[in-house]
Amino acid sequence: MLLAPIIWIFAVAIVVVFAAKLWWFPPAISEHGRSYDDQFFITMVVTGVIFFLAQVALGYVIFRFRDRGRRANYTEGNNRLEMLWTAAAAILFIGAVLISTSLWAGVHFAPTSANALKIELMAQQFSWNFRYPGADGKFGRLDIKQINSAGGNPFGIDEKDPAGKDDITSSAIRVPAGRQILLAMRSRDVIHNFFVRELRVKQDIVPGMEIPLRFTAETPGAYEVACSELCGLGHHQMRSTLEVMPPAEFDKWLQAQAQALQAQQQQQ
Amino acid sequence: MASHATPHVHHPPSGFIRKYIFSTDHKVIGKQYWWLALFSVFVGMALSVLMRFHMAYPDAKVSWFEKLWPTGAEGGVMTPELYLSLMTMHGTIMVFFVLTTAPQAGFGNSFLPIQIGAEDMAFPVLNMLSFWTTLVALIVMCAAFFVEGGAPISGWTAYPPLSGVGEVAGPGLGKGQNLWILSIAIFCGASLMGAINFIATIIDLRAPGMSLMRMPLTCWAWFVTAILSLFGFAVLLAAGILLLLDRTAGSSFFLPAGLVVNDRLLDHRGGSPLLWQHLFWFFGHPEVYIAILPGMGLASNVLSIFARKPIFGYRAMVYAIVGIGFLGFVVWGHHMFISGMSPYTAVAFSVLTMAIGVPSAIKTFNWVGTLWGAQIRFTSPMMYALGFVSLFVTGGISGIFLGQPALDLYLHDTYFVVGHFHMIMGVAAIFGMFAGTSFWFPKMFGKMMNETLNKVHFYLTFIGVYAIFTPMHFIGVAGNPRRYADFKDFEFMKDLMPVHTFMTHAAIFTAVVQVLFFINIFWSMRKGRKATDNPWEATSLEWSVPSPPPFDNFGGKHPRVYHGPYEFAVPGKAKDYQMQHEPD
Repeated sequence: MLLAPIIWIFAVAIVVVFAAKLWWFPPAISEHGRSYDDQFFITMVVTGVIFFLAQVALGYVIFRFRDRGRRANYTEGNNRLEMLWTAAAAILFIGAVLISTSLWAGVHFAPTSANALKIELMAQQFSWNFRYPGADGKFGRLDIKQINSAGGNPFGIDEKDPAGKDDITSSAIRVPAGRQILLAMRSRDVIHNFFVRELRVKQDIVPGMEIPLRFTAETPGAYEVACSELCGLGHHQMRSTLEVMPPAEFDKWLQAQAQALQAQQQQQ
Repeated sequence: MASHATPHVHHPPSGFIRKYIFSTDHKVIGKQYWWLALFSVFVGMALSVLMRFHMAYPDAKVSWFEKLWPTGAEGGVMTPELYLSLMTMHGTIMVFFVLTTAPQAGFGNSFLPIQIGAEDMAFPVLNMLSFWTTLVALIVMCAAFFVEGGAPISGWTAYPPLSGVGEVAGPGLGKGQNLWILSIAIFCGASLMGAINFIATIIDLRAPGMSLMRMPLTCWAWFVTAILSLFGFAVLLAAGILLLLDRTAGSSFFLPAGLVVNDRLLDHRGGSPLLWQHLFWFFGHPEVYIAILPGMGLASNVLSIFARKPIFGYRAMVYAIVGIGFLGFVVWGHHMFISGMSPYTAVAFSVLTMAIGVPSAIKTFNWVGTLWGAQIRFTSPMMYALGFVSLFVTGGISGIFLGQPALDLYLHDTYFVVGHFHMIMGVAAIFGMFAGTSFWFPKMFGKMMNETLNKVHFYLTFIGVYAIFTPMHFIGVAGNPRRYADFKDFEFMKDLMPVHTFMTHAAIFTAVVQVLFFINIFWSMRKGRKATDNPWEATSLEWSVPSPPPFDNFGGKHPRVYHGPYEFAVPGKAKDYQMQHEPD
């Protein structure tokens, strides 16, 4: 039957595209990212074998057992086979998820390190706002009534709080390489999602909640941040960049920002 | 008259309206649902082609776009909000009015009573009511296209706050979103009526000898699906009412304090956006099985009949259906791994999710086991059922990636997910419907479909759907997010555009091919070869009566059942099939 070779061709083509990595992840830039790729690879091999064998077997029975005008074998099943493949499927599937638990734990359960850099994120339709605490190391109080995107206060930093005077805000996120980042994420309108492919992490940002995301990027470079939760008509344009910088350069950048802010405030 | 000999015979009502419009005959109602799904699948498919066109050619000027949507496509170029509204309506219409409607309400109504030897459903009037309620829901849904602001842009999952705060968050989120929620609520009501009817019918109206373990697997699938519908739609109905109250009565079930949308501070406090997700997916995951279980039941049925072999492991198949039904209610959290819910919860949901893969794998093994040593007759229903198995494997296997929260950290909301669920709950389920239509067409309309045309349609569609949905997995691995109106603003997505263009062409090809199926339906209905009582040499009760069956199904007789549903190639018998109602 024609169907058998068609199924075989699809099975081979899919396996080849995955094995050849024709369309693939960008290189990982963190320890977590590399572990992610290992877990993906293991899963791909296990599922790839099951997928290939199942499709080849389906094609084989279609080809082999076509009607030749005889009688089919009368059998109502086989309990031992039934037990065997139930057990095999259970071990493989549940095994796959159990071995990946440490990867999940690494993102969500690992403690924040003492020298982690805390950065705040406020997402809105359809832009990103990041905040650094400035020279005093403290974030100024927020007051939603003072949110004013056009006036340059997308966070709603309280005018009256002196700790907020030196807070630096930016529409892109810059981080020092090799240092753990604690990104405290909030949204002021609808659900958004922080996704950087190279970090292999993705986290929804839910209004009314502050959701922490920890990551340590190692490789300097600029990476795209793509909103990955439907947030309205500009969802596909909600882009930012994550710039991973050598620590010295990052410090220099932060200082320059602080000076620029000071100069601006003196002018007013 | 026959009524002299058999005093129990029931005559059909005589007027046209009572016979074909407000009919209480389950066969007519089944067809009405089937027509409704056929209309809906046409609309849903047209929307998907428009979406795919926009993704490949976001700047193309098409003059009739402007005529259809003067504001949404000013100058003939589709706006992002128009794209998102098409996407929302495509998903909603396909999930509710096609995948939920045809396999369960359509085929189930048509054949469940006959297969278990009943004259009709347990509550014929309720049955009529549930169809007409579904039709009202469809009309309300389609009306969302025509109100000010157009159809909603919040997707078929309608996550608040986007879906909860009104027009301030975007076009279509005002009146359009209200109609959407209203339609879903009405649909829930209709589905609840249907579910109660199915459950009562199976428990109460089985013919003598039709024990539960002699029911065809289609009946088992409809039974478990009805139970899923009963619990799932009840919760969705409640969630929908709460969302509607948030929007119209100023309540805050899903909306937290301090929302500043479009620089406007909203007056809500105390609600939780995650609550909606829990309620929605408590329905939404069982919904996947509502869509696919009837297809699995039918595929099992068709594979056994045309393999001319008993189904391999009937009991295991029944346990697998029941197991999937039960586990289907405890895995909803895998839609929410990255939602902000407790990451500890994710671990529990992931183990349960993997557990549900086991009964699915059992079914696949048993299908191959059924075909092993068979004498396969390659009729068109058999082709569609074999296609179903291949698509089910391909669509199911990617679930092993997505069920791991750690891997979902990257794959969530990428095209990998879009490829996964389209393969399994989209096209696999649709192949189940193709199988059902070609298999039961003779019984529904008394005519055979054209086999050659069906087979050509099968091959082209099978190739077409693989060409559309397999590449989605590839670009998902490359990180392409879903629900993007176009891919112009990101560097990394520019490299993926050739794949999008390819998928668009594959989608247009596949959509055009569906004309063959539509032609076959309408042509065969008029000019098809007349069907005999049992053209497939099958065993279940619907094949023991004329095609189409008389009004009360069995012409006043009361069938008695002596055998299981898949007695093929029984050694020592003259015929290679043993019908359920024949003593020996």
